[in-house]
Amino acid sequence: MPARVALFVTCIVDQFFPRVGLAMAEVLERLGYRVDFPEAQTCCGQPAFNTGYREEARHVARHFLSVFRDAEYVVVPSGSCTSMITRHYEELFRKDPEALEQARRLAPRVWEFSQFLLEVAGVEDVGARLPAVVTYHDSCHALRELGIREGPRRLLAKVRGLELREMPASQECCGFGGTFSVKFPEISASMVRTKVEAIHQTGAQYVVSVDASCLMQIQGALNRAGSPVRTLHLAEVLASR
Amino acid sequence: MMTGYPREQIRRTLADPRLQEAIYSATGRLMEHRRQVVAPEVLPDYQELREQARRIKEHTLENLDAYLEQFEAQVRARGGEVIWAKDGPEVADFVLDLARRSNARLLVKSKSMTTEEIGLRERLEAQHFEVVETDLGEYIIQLAQERPYHIVAPALHKTREEVGEIFSQRLGVPRENVPERQTRIARTVLRQKFLTADIGITGANFLVADSGAVVLVENEGNARLTTSAPRIHVAVAGIEKLIPRAQDLAVFLKLLGRSATGQPLTVYTSILSGPRRQGEWDGPEQFYVVLLDGGRSRVLADRDKRQTLYCIRCGACLNHCPVYRRIGGHNYPWIYSGPIGKIASPQFQGLTEDPWLPFASSLCGACAEVCPVKIEIPRLLLELRAEIVKTQAREGQNRWERLGFRLWSWVMTRPRLYEALSLAAGLLAGEGSDQGWLRQLPGLLNAGPLRAWLDYRDLPAPGRSFRALWRQRTARVRE
Ligand code: SF4
Repeated sequence: MPARVALFVTCIVDQFFPRVGLAMAEVLERLGYRVDFPEAQTCCGQPAFNTGYREEARHVARHFLSVFRDAEYVVVPSGSCTSMITRHYEELFRKDPEALEQARRLAPRVWEFSQFLLEVAGVEDVGARLPAVVTYHDSCHALRELGIREGPRRLLAKVRGLELREMPASQECCGFGGTFSVKFPEISASMVRTKVEAIHQTGAQYVVSVDASCLMQIQGALNRAGSPVRTLHLAEVLASR
Repeated sequence: MMTGYPREQIRRTLADPRLQEAIYSATGRLMEHRRQVVAPEVLPDYQELREQARRIKEHTLENLDAYLEQFEAQVRARGGEVIWAKDGPEVADFVLDLARRSNARLLVKSKSMTTEEIGLRERLEAQHFEVVETDLGEYIIQLAQERPYHIVAPALHKTREEVGEIFSQRLGVPRENVPERQTRIARTVLRQKFLTADIGITGANFLVADSGAVVLVENEGNARLTTSAPRIHVAVAGIEKLIPRAQDLAVFLKLLGRSATGQPLTVYTSILSGPRRQGEWDGPEQFYVVLLDGGRSRVLADRDKRQTLYCIRCGACLNHCPVYRRIGGHNYPWIYSGPIGKIASPQFQGLTEDPWLPFASSLCGACAEVCPVKIEIPRLLLELRAEIVKTQAREGQNRWERLGFRLWSWVMTRPRLYEALSLAAGLLAGEGSDQGWLRQLPGLLNAGPLRAWLDYRDLPAPGRSFRALWRQRTARVRE
């Protein structure tokens, strides 16, 4: 009986980058998992939490917990949302023992996509093929809250035809930061400008990351700058053959 | 929530290519220097040291009363005096009184953020005393009549040409753009000041409870002169500067220079306790330590956020902050800029004084990664955001945003409604194709956060959602 994996695609992927969700499903199915999509899912609550609206965040987070309560594994195409669930729910439900207990029981089963592949599925080579030059952007929460650094690079190294070229300061924030990007658009834009320059220096055709929200910011800025460079979520790279 | 946000001023900073380059490259150099000296090959116990430093600070603040008493007794025992000051005016009153009593005219200062915090120099100058900064960067800033741009490098934003200009204008010397020559000009002026100064004022990097010592760390030797040339030495320090024992210094000195400038150890470390004793051939005749509260005991009362007081003012969080690296040091409301400023200002200056400040962060976490005393800056930012939102709700401010989030949470807990709305958005955006990008939105829609996004970036057009595609896919598989 193959293990079942529930996708939490995140609200951003659901709304704007459905292909990322499909790619993730494809890779997981290829590895023999049975993939579910619990339809009642919406958002993890992070936008409200990060903007200081804890009550509203709790409301949405409780909904999340109820949707995924019985999942064997939850796989997420975002380091940021994963960390929200596995780390910040702890803070959010400090004074709600019942939800806290639920969150703690769920947390060990919630995985960021690349970590799931490496640590649960135990694969580096998923049989992907993408003849292209790519560069990898270290998304902040994946990097600093989940310690994801070498993992995605190891997965990329196994993609046939793919050449990975590191950009300068790949660990510097792209400037998204959720509501930060619209409260302080001038600062956010200045940050992503540096990122775009760094990407261009590599001569890569694609920028890859494990967080769709960073890619939204980066692609939005690439387009505005008239750049031909495209962003791809790691799942999209690993699904191509 | 954005009350007081200096948007125009920040736009000017961002649009100034010279300034942008100056900040980004200076902080970049400091980052690189630090990286080299904390690398595991060079300092294998770096993480362990950070943990120790944090624990020492934690322990000291838990028992601050006892350590302060011990410190005071030790200073007294060595012939010095301790003065307790509630705030800036009390510090200034003490120094003014001392200056008058001892017929002082000229005071020299070494770099100290604590005295900047309370505007001590300005307070003394207002009473017609001459006060001269002797740290080169700080001296430049004094001549330029600005405030420090950076905790460690006050003149970080000034090019050598600008320094040449400032010197020639304010000192009447020929224009000189070579840094070494500029240093020589400053040295000549400052040497004269050291020789004639009556009082030397310093801050303190650490106060050691078990030996009543004031520890000063610096690179130019000016602090050493400030504490030895004049007959009176006054050290002004916040009460959080205490550490229990002289041996704890080993931990902090290893971390401070490395984190600040990438030096394994700063050039000069002075450990000063008490005035000159009989038989000693240098040191001041009188030795005072002014202990400043200045809001610290209030911050101390919050058991979680009190870690803000662990800060050893190394500046590493500023250097690594992508926001500081673009908006620079003068767009923050207080003297402490960068990430530490974002958590300190609301606690010291009042939560809603500059409500935008804790929000002006992408929460990237680069600061916490490098902070030598492991202050959880991003977590405290989140905490402060929540407190600000609560306070504003009580005061009926920021209604629209609150309403927005309430509606959002209402929709996000009703999957069917959420789906219907996302469908509507897709239709509104035009064709149902996925992954199209919008450059602008029509009329009324082009407002608020959408507008803020679109002013600088394209926006992905909502097309068919994942759940719609997923349903199609499952249906296909079933066939
Ligand atoms: S908060 Fe930490 S990194 Fe920032 S100045 Fe203080 S000690 Fe240094």
